[in-house]
Amino acid sequence: MRVAENLNAALHGLLDDDPTAYVLGEDVLDPYGGAFKVTKGLSTRFPDRVITTPISEGGLTGVAAGLALTGNTAVAEIMFGDFAALAFDQLCNFAAKSVSMYGSRLPLRMIVRCPTGGGRGYGPTHSQSLQKHFVGMPGLALYEMSPFHDNRDVLAAMVDRGEPCLFFEDKVLYTRPMGQADPLFRARLDGGLAVVDPVVPELAARPDYVIVTPGGTAHRALEAMRSLLVEEEISGRLLVPSRLYPLDVEALLPHLGGVVLVAEEGTAGGTWGGEVAHLVHQRIWERLRGPVRLVHSAASVIPTAAHLEREVLLTASAIHHAVREALRG
Amino acid sequence: MTETLTPALGPATGGPPLSRLADDDLELLLLIRHFELTLLQLYGRGELNGTTHTCLGQEYVPVALRPLLGPGDFVFSNHRGHGHYLARFGDAHGLLAEIMGREGAVCGGVGGSQHIHRDRYLSTGVQGESLPVAAGVALHLRRTEPGALACVHIGDGTWGEGAVYEALNMAALWSLPLLVVVENNGIAQSTPTAAQMAGTVAGRAAAFGVDHHLVVSADVNEIRTGLEPLVARVREGRPLVVEFVTHRLGPHSKGDDTRPPEAIRAAEENDWYARYAQDHPEHFHRFDGPARALVQGVADEVAARPPSRWSPCA
Ligand SMILES: Cc1ncc(C[n+]2csc(CCOP(=O)(O)OP(=O)(O)O)c2C)c(N)n1
Repeated sequence: MRVAENLNAALHGLLDDDPTAYVLGEDVLDPYGGAFKVTKGLSTRFPDRVITTPISEGGLTGVAAGLALTGNTAVAEIMFGDFAALAFDQLCNFAAKSVSMYGSRLPLRMIVRCPTGGGRGYGPTHSQSLQKHFVGMPGLALYEMSPFHDNRDVLAAMVDRGEPCLFFEDKVLYTRPMGQADPLFRARLDGGLAVVDPVVPELAARPDYVIVTPGGTAHRALEAMRSLLVEEEISGRLLVPSRLYPLDVEALLPHLGGVVLVAEEGTAGGTWGGEVAHLVHQRIWERLRGPVRLVHSAASVIPTAAHLEREVLLTASAIHHAVREALRG
Repeated sequence: MTETLTPALGPATGGPPLSRLADDDLELLLLIRHFELTLLQLYGRGELNGTTHTCLGQEYVPVALRPLLGPGDFVFSNHRGHGHYLARFGDAHGLLAEIMGREGAVCGGVGGSQHIHRDRYLSTGVQGESLPVAAGVALHLRRTEPGALACVHIGDGTWGEGAVYEALNMAALWSLPLLVVVENNGIAQSTPTAAQMAGTVAGRAAAFGVDHHLVVSADVNEIRTGLEPLVARVREGRPLVVEFVTHRLGPHSKGDDTRPPEAIRAAEENDWYARYAQDHPEHFHRFDGPARALVQGVADEVAARPPSRWSPCA
């Protein structure tokens, strides 16, 4: 099953199970079913609770908040995550604040889905990974879609949190298969954390390095892990948390060794990776061989032409290279 | 500054005579008036933290609306919301405790003057932000509690925000029971409406096919009679913009009034307080002194309370 189908099924499941659940966004109705087809079939089955909106990202996010405020579960789709910038006020100043600024906890069941990232030639304003701009806002949790986490469980976790959640969905994942495709590695879940190790037990037991990535970058990290293993006999472990913020750093610690990297598609500077590094440093500085290394895309706009886009976006070979550097010390 | 706000009895003030109010309406108007005056005094004496925006001169807006709104209706208020809150709950103690950060505060002292949530009442200090939220609430009400509505208070200046238009568009498209109450006091902070708004509020409503009703009177009874059938239509899913032409009597917040004296004088001449005192002196004086004393008592009592407690919850 492809990731988009898994997510689509999860949304069907949510609307099925929760009579107060709504899905709203631009062009989400059948037969179109959303710009990335993730909402396909929903409006046919649940015509009352799947709502197509005007091109009003701030407005539709506010409507979702209003639905959540009146006890519903609201899932809003921002067609391209870049446009979450237009909903920043609703997210930062309304939804994230409302859960706590009125003196006692006001639960809001609200998910804002953000198709994210490059690699599909959509150009500078439709390809960004804006996670970092939302990190560190109390009352706003950040999750990222991954091939290792069943979206049904992820949606349930976000709904159960009772606070607004942003769900970053790397667009290149939509057409990739769920689960682990590379026969060299095996993924398992430790709570909300996916742990991917080589299938060979001796290698899995003593990874030379550990990479932490959000779900959208996982396949590039795995590609790097494969080349490092096959070409250089260096074995690594991949950790993919479903929830990026607030990060459960304690869940990472048992899986970390002396060499840790964070790879993400966003640009450097004030990043989620920086947050992970800081938390890891605080806990296990003395166990580390060196500071946590961060790997990013180039500090650049994301060009449209495929050959140019490839030049700036984070690649498997950049991760491979960063691991080599880290091991060299 | 508060001295200038006492009623100018004597020479004829603006407008035709006000009709006689029901006792409870007058009491509520006076409660709000003295609450706001007391706040400015407390600020003047350095007894309040932060800032506040009083609704002096505009008290009659929520008072006129009060019987037209029921407990099932949502009210979204803004930065100038004390009158909206008092008209809904009459709870001067809880509100003052919220503003002063004392025990018994409606929201633990976290929200303060402009961030209050209680039952179906919610205010926030970001202009225009609550319109889309109110549209979402109205969508819920239309489906699950037909007959109930969401009412949002905004000022004229807030029409500068895109969120207002996004919400109006959706409200009209989806036939939402949304009542937008515009308190057009002719100014936004220091900027006269003429310097920040091209066109009119009516024209804006018309562009969305939304009904617009202009209220120039400060006569609570008259306003109500005019609004009653219109609010009933909102409940059937016909959004409405009601524009009150009103006057901000006091400063934007505190001590920040840069208006020319003529503008302030015009606001004073239109003040319902002075006008009512002149048109119905016996009725006015029977309630004014007690309202003043009541608020003074509230202020003394709340000021003596211990600080509110709160533990951070995300
Ligand atoms: C988004 C936003 N921008 C600016 C402000 C600062 N501010 C608070 S009140 C105000 C004026 C609002 O004017 P208006 O809507 O006419 O209401 P009034 O103050 O006259 O009641 C401004 C600029 C704000 N609170 N929110």
